[in-house]
Amino acid sequence: MYYPSDNTTTRRLYRFPGGLHLPDNKAQSTGAACRKALLPERLILPLQQHIGAPAKVLVERGERVLKGQLIALQQGRISAPVHAPSSGTVIDISEQPVPHPSGLPALCITIETDGLEQWQELPQPLGDYRNHDPAEIVARIRDAGIVGLGGASFPTGVKLEPGAGQPVTTLIINGAECEPYITCDDMLMREQAPRVIAGVAILKWLSGARECLIGIEDNKPQAIAAMQQALEQHRIDGCEVVSIPTRYPSGGERQLIRVLTGKEVPSGQIPARIGILCNNVGTAAAVADAVLEGKPLISRYLTVTGEGCANPCNLEVLIGTPVGELIAQAGGYTDKASRLIMGGPMMGFTLEHDRVPAIKASNCLLVASTREAPDPGRASACIRCGQCALACPVSLLPQQMYWYARAKDLEKTQEYNLFDCIECGCCSHVCPAHIPLVQYFRYAKNESWDQERERKKSELARQRHEAKSARIERMEAEKKARMQKKKAALAKRPALKKGTSTQGDPKKAAIEEAMKRAAEKKARLAEEGVAPKNTDNLNAAQQRQIDQADARRGEPGVQGASEPTTSGKD
Amino acid sequence: MQFATITSPHSDRPNSVTSTMLWVIIALLPGTVAMSWYFGWGILIHMVLASVVALACEAAVLKLRGRPVRPALGDLSAVVTALLFAIAVPPLLPWWMMLLGVAFAIIVAKHLYGGIGYNPFNPAMVGYVLLLVSYPVEMTSWLPPSILNETPLDFIQTLSVIFGGALPAGLTWDAITMATPLDQMRTLLNQNMMISEIRQSPLWGDFGGRGWEWVGNWYLLGGVILLYKRVISWHIPVAMLGAVLVFAMFFHVLDQEAHPFGLFHIFSGATLLGAFFIATDPVSAATTKRGQLIYGAGIGALTYIIRRWGGYPDAVAFAVLLMNMAAPMIDYYTQPRVFGHRSGGDD
Ligand code: SF4
Ligand code: SF4
Repeated sequence: MYYPSDNTTTRRLYRFPGGLHLPDNKAQSTGAACRKALLPERLILPLQQHIGAPAKVLVERGERVLKGQLIALQQGRISAPVHAPSSGTVIDISEQPVPHPSGLPALCITIETDGLEQWQELPQPLGDYRNHDPAEIVARIRDAGIVGLGGASFPTGVKLEPGAGQPVTTLIINGAECEPYITCDDMLMREQAPRVIAGVAILKWLSGARECLIGIEDNKPQAIAAMQQALEQHRIDGCEVVSIPTRYPSGGERQLIRVLTGKEVPSGQIPARIGILCNNVGTAAAVADAVLEGKPLISRYLTVTGEGCANPCNLEVLIGTPVGELIAQAGGYTDKASRLIMGGPMMGFTLEHDRVPAIKASNCLLVASTREAPDPGRASACIRCGQCALACPVSLLPQQMYWYARAKDLEKTQEYNLFDCIECGCCSHVCPAHIPLVQYFRYAKNESWDQERERKKSELARQRHEAKSARIERMEAEKKARMQKKKAALAKRPALKKGTSTQGDPKKAAIEEAMKRAAEKKARLAEEGVAPKNTDNLNAAQQRQIDQADARRGEPGVQGASEPTTSGKD
Repeated sequence: MQFATITSPHSDRPNSVTSTMLWVIIALLPGTVAMSWYFGWGILIHMVLASVVALACEAAVLKLRGRPVRPALGDLSAVVTALLFAIAVPPLLPWWMMLLGVAFAIIVAKHLYGGIGYNPFNPAMVGYVLLLVSYPVEMTSWLPPSILNETPLDFIQTLSVIFGGALPAGLTWDAITMATPLDQMRTLLNQNMMISEIRQSPLWGDFGGRGWEWVGNWYLLGGVILLYKRVISWHIPVAMLGAVLVFAMFFHVLDQEAHPFGLFHIFSGATLLGAFFIATDPVSAATTKRGQLIYGAGIGALTYIIRRWGGYPDAVAFAVLLMNMAAPMIDYYTQPRVFGHRSGGDD
């Protein structure tokens, strides 16, 4: 069941709360080997296929690009570049429909392919990466545009940056693929295990982890066997393939960490906090490509499945290929096609049409029939059966959160730890009243973020107001200074007339000079917003307001517990 | 091609309120068949009558409240309430009392509080208690089980008793009715009789009253079905039965002649029915796992206490209603520790 490395004989596994046994529906798409998808006429490349800032366009309309060429550059620390997946001409840079739950269009580069598949000169393969500076390898990974391919699409390079507190002790490679229907990681591991393992070795070296656990659900025996075999050949110290029980959502990062190590990632923190780094098997393969071959991330494995398409299968697709063409290569739509889902049935989102491209994070296209994904129908009243709480992998009380979300009592939903919800869908799935619980939770989260933004905005307004008062104060001060100068000048003149020079009173001149400097300094500081507040001549009401504002500013630490944490957003 | 946009999950949902209620009804079957076997046609007649009345009341109220009638009736929750009520009352209860009880349960206890999901009290128990305090004599006039009954009534006779109040010629109420074993035990104990004396009567079986204990067994089977189908979790029944046992054993050990042994309490009255079918009513019970243990244990403890020291022979209904009141508070204080949090609650 596992690879007995070193002196490990048995590995104890742990449970996470709740979870579901779902019919896995994976056999449909694993019948045949993964094929390379045909080169599409057009590739549509959104500038934001990752968490963080969108990339900046580097090409112009009409420009010819080569396969693997950098066409958009990362902006800021958390961002990822985009590369041309094939050679051709940039024909458009405009807003296009993209696969996103919001359904909103986004800026994309459209390339008309020329069929030549002409590569651009790639960076040096670094087979001897161990002799290089780790920072150089991390930069290579970042420049290859690699993001988490398990669905989260967080830039991998950023994750690998050292120095974020705790040293990494355990590297976890996520091959769980717990969601029904999706089989792209399964097929990748079956067919490309050596490539995945090579990537794992690089990640382990980079992270400095002592231990590396590759978690795979036990419903993928072939993948487990292939990975074990590859590992036997590659020999990575302290690395083990671990077969874990099939239970949704064991592929959730926090859930997998719990199953493999027994540790719980503290709420609102990232795994690095407890010395764990987690990466998906697809990401590992992409890392191997980037380091060992110099290739950027331009393709990935993708599952096309469901009763709504004729020949469910896995395809190796170029990023940017329109979804419709992929479905056509999976035999096209059947009469049963009723819902087009990007991702799996539990966490995927629906696409309105198939003209959107597959992006880096796209792991599955599920063309569901009405049997597979029936219309939700009317929800009835909650009967408080508690099934939702039993199913929740985070031990939340979905029923209570629903109650408060419906009453728009956002504070209460947060008291019930709304932001720990991973939107896995277990609660909605089991609810006998068919209440779309997750939908309520998404709504409540969005509302909370809006409120948070509003709060920040008003904070900003307050700061602006203070800056303005400071500016007024500074102008007053300048005016005063000018008046003083004038006075001084006037005072000087008669003195001159009288024939007494300032030289006769150097002390006074020095004092005047010092006063002027002080006033200037005060004004400058006020401009920068660090000056003492204008607290000299306030009335009682103003003082009270300031006190309140101060109290508020002091509060966020306390409020923080109930405020949406930033971690919820990533 | 244009597709619908719907939020996740997109799965075929395995549960529904209707199927949940249907399983409760199915699980009730063994016990109700056994009851009919021991206590005659009255049980069946009341089950049908109560269901019809409950559905009619539910439909009427929904109409008045301007709510869609069909889906609500289709969830079968009214039928479950009616069935639980029908098997809790004596088999020869006059029809109008039955009607009153069921109507009160559905209209007041359920819909005045907002309908399914909103009622803080178990409707069937509210109806039952209303009748018990209003008509204590009729509500405690049970039939003897068939094995002890020399003059069982046939179908027509039962109907005419229920609807006309007319007993067949030559029979008197005293002759055909009999207190429940629990009631009897209590009365006799109050007369300072010893348990060993009391149990000499042919009324008694191995654990509880003859006939009665078998009914209990069949409800236990129904409970196992519900557990197996995951309609209920084990927490409430186990905690409730455990608490009854612990209390009963404790007092039994103190004085064997004044306090019946533990299993007597389990197999008498509505203990098993209550543990698996009444206390587990999701709407009015506690919902967290720890909360359910407390809730169940509370019902068990109160059941014993009221049976022993209260003024009524059985106490499951009162115990359930009392704990219903405590359920929201229990839930509040027993929130599970959220994954990734150190302590429970709203840390
Ligand atoms: S599963 Fe649905 S009906 Fe049951 S308690 Fe949760 S929200 Fe209510
Ligand atoms: S969607 Fe959220 S509340 Fe529902 S089961 Fe998953 S984590 Fe729990």
